[in-house]
Amino acid sequence: MRKFDTKVQHLKYKVLREVARLAWNDTLLENILDIPERLAPGNEPTMRCCVYKERAILGERVKLAMGGDKNNPNVIEVIGIACDECPVGSYEVTNACRGCLAHRCEDVCKFGAISFDRDHVAHIDKSKCKECGACSKVCPYTAIVGRKRPCQNACKIKAISMNDQKTAVIDNKKCIQCGACVYQCPFGAIMDKSFMVNAIDILKKSERNTRGGNYRVYAVVAPSISSQFAYAKLGQVVTGLKKLGFHDVIEAALGADMVAMAESRELAEKGLLTSSCCPAFVRYIKSEFPNLTEHISHNLSPMATIAKYIKDTTPNSKVIFIGPCTSKKAEAQLDEVKPYIDTVLTFEELQALFDSRDIDISTLEEGFLDNASYFGRIFARSGGLTDAAVQAMKEQNIDFEIKPVVCDGIEACRVALLKLSKGLLDGNFIEGMACTGGCIGGAGCLTHGEKSKADVDKYGREAFEKNIGDAVSVLK
Amino acid sequence: MLFVQVCVGSSCHLKGSQDIVELMEKAVKEHHLEDDVVLSGSFCIGRCNRVGITVQVNDDVFVGITKESFNEFFKKNILDVIESERK
Repeated sequence: MRKFDTKVQHLKYKVLREVARLAWNDTLLENILDIPERLAPGNEPTMRCCVYKERAILGERVKLAMGGDKNNPNVIEVIGIACDECPVGSYEVTNACRGCLAHRCEDVCKFGAISFDRDHVAHIDKSKCKECGACSKVCPYTAIVGRKRPCQNACKIKAISMNDQKTAVIDNKKCIQCGACVYQCPFGAIMDKSFMVNAIDILKKSERNTRGGNYRVYAVVAPSISSQFAYAKLGQVVTGLKKLGFHDVIEAALGADMVAMAESRELAEKGLLTSSCCPAFVRYIKSEFPNLTEHISHNLSPMATIAKYIKDTTPNSKVIFIGPCTSKKAEAQLDEVKPYIDTVLTFEELQALFDSRDIDISTLEEGFLDNASYFGRIFARSGGLTDAAVQAMKEQNIDFEIKPVVCDGIEACRVALLKLSKGLLDGNFIEGMACTGGCIGGAGCLTHGEKSKADVDKYGREAFEKNIGDAVSVLK
Repeated sequence: MLFVQVCVGSSCHLKGSQDIVELMEKAVKEHHLEDDVVLSGSFCIGRCNRVGITVQVNDDVFVGITKESFNEFFKKNILDVIESERK
């Protein structure tokens, strides 16, 4: 069964796996320069113009697998030499233009950018075109196409531009580290930095893997894991994690339960709130709508909330978060989160970790994973946080009429925030999720698809606790 | 002062940590021990038992506590300990 959506993910995975293997054996430094050739052997190129370019790019991927450029604060980086300099022609008329008589394209263009030659074939004046795309939508022959780079298209907050070498550049001030460009770039030229080597180091020196190790490592897993590792059962993933050296596996969804209780109280108190679960959404508000910062919920994210609880109650513990999210890697570096989260892995990186130890999770016996309620678990998909907030109000007998605005993806977030900043928002609670579909659409997922939401809901229904209050009773 | 941690790790949770938490809260109230007992949860202590829940009292770990054996456990390891401390 295919473990990934795309070949780019697979390539990235092979590098991660190779680096992980060497890191477990403490032979990374001696062998680091051999990895590219091992992954691209021989003289025949399979991906690029020549094997040497392939190896040079692989070398850059190795660097990113080991934490990337330390001087770049962004967890998302462009691999300059891997950027294929895709054409940036914007809107163009193709030879599908039949030279019709209707000229809808001309009528719809507000900027007078369209003219016709003697054969009635349309032409776009690039100096007038504002790239609105209206002509492309009305053409009955779909003869006008917008050529935008996939990375720019994926980046809905417009943080990506081109430099004079036509290489993609990320504006670190704007970037919310959602990873949409990482997943969309067909050449794999944008990658998230990996902190997997740190994770291996933490696991290696822990009580389970080292005699005399004096701490335990807890895995906090995001509920979107239910839509991942489709080739195995969730219980087998839990057993696999323990084989890697994790002492216990805990649901981030339990942190979500705790957040739901606290956030609903905060909402009733303040009367207006934007959610703080999605680090990319929080960062977006802070950079683009700084005057709305006061409305961001003061609660830590579910990840940080449960990690704080683990650290407060368990001496000598370390916490590694495993999720679908590249932005969590940045969140873990914030001063208010740093003390609780030791490092962050994505599902992609977890797959590489399993395989670096030759652990085939589909052959393992099933462990248990049950800490959270139905509501904590459905945080993984758009709308789940809102459902949980409504339920938490009910369970705590809070008399407050919640008017939620569920924002699925960063574009919807932008619209809601714009309305809020102008006082036009019909609602008092913004659930903001930067990725389309919610966390299940995260860039660090192995697979993305229609089925993911159904998987999360099913996992939610399987929770032992149906009410939030029962799941968090002792954790107040 | 006793720090009582009821395990809410997956294995104990499925065996009914919640019931033990409720019994514990009730018993603490009944005996007016709110100032003597700090109740919290814990994640896996690594002593999973086939039956019952794991509870840690200060540094001592007790396994296999069920609804049925709760009263006996509470008297011996919490109530009596506090009373002997008071003497």
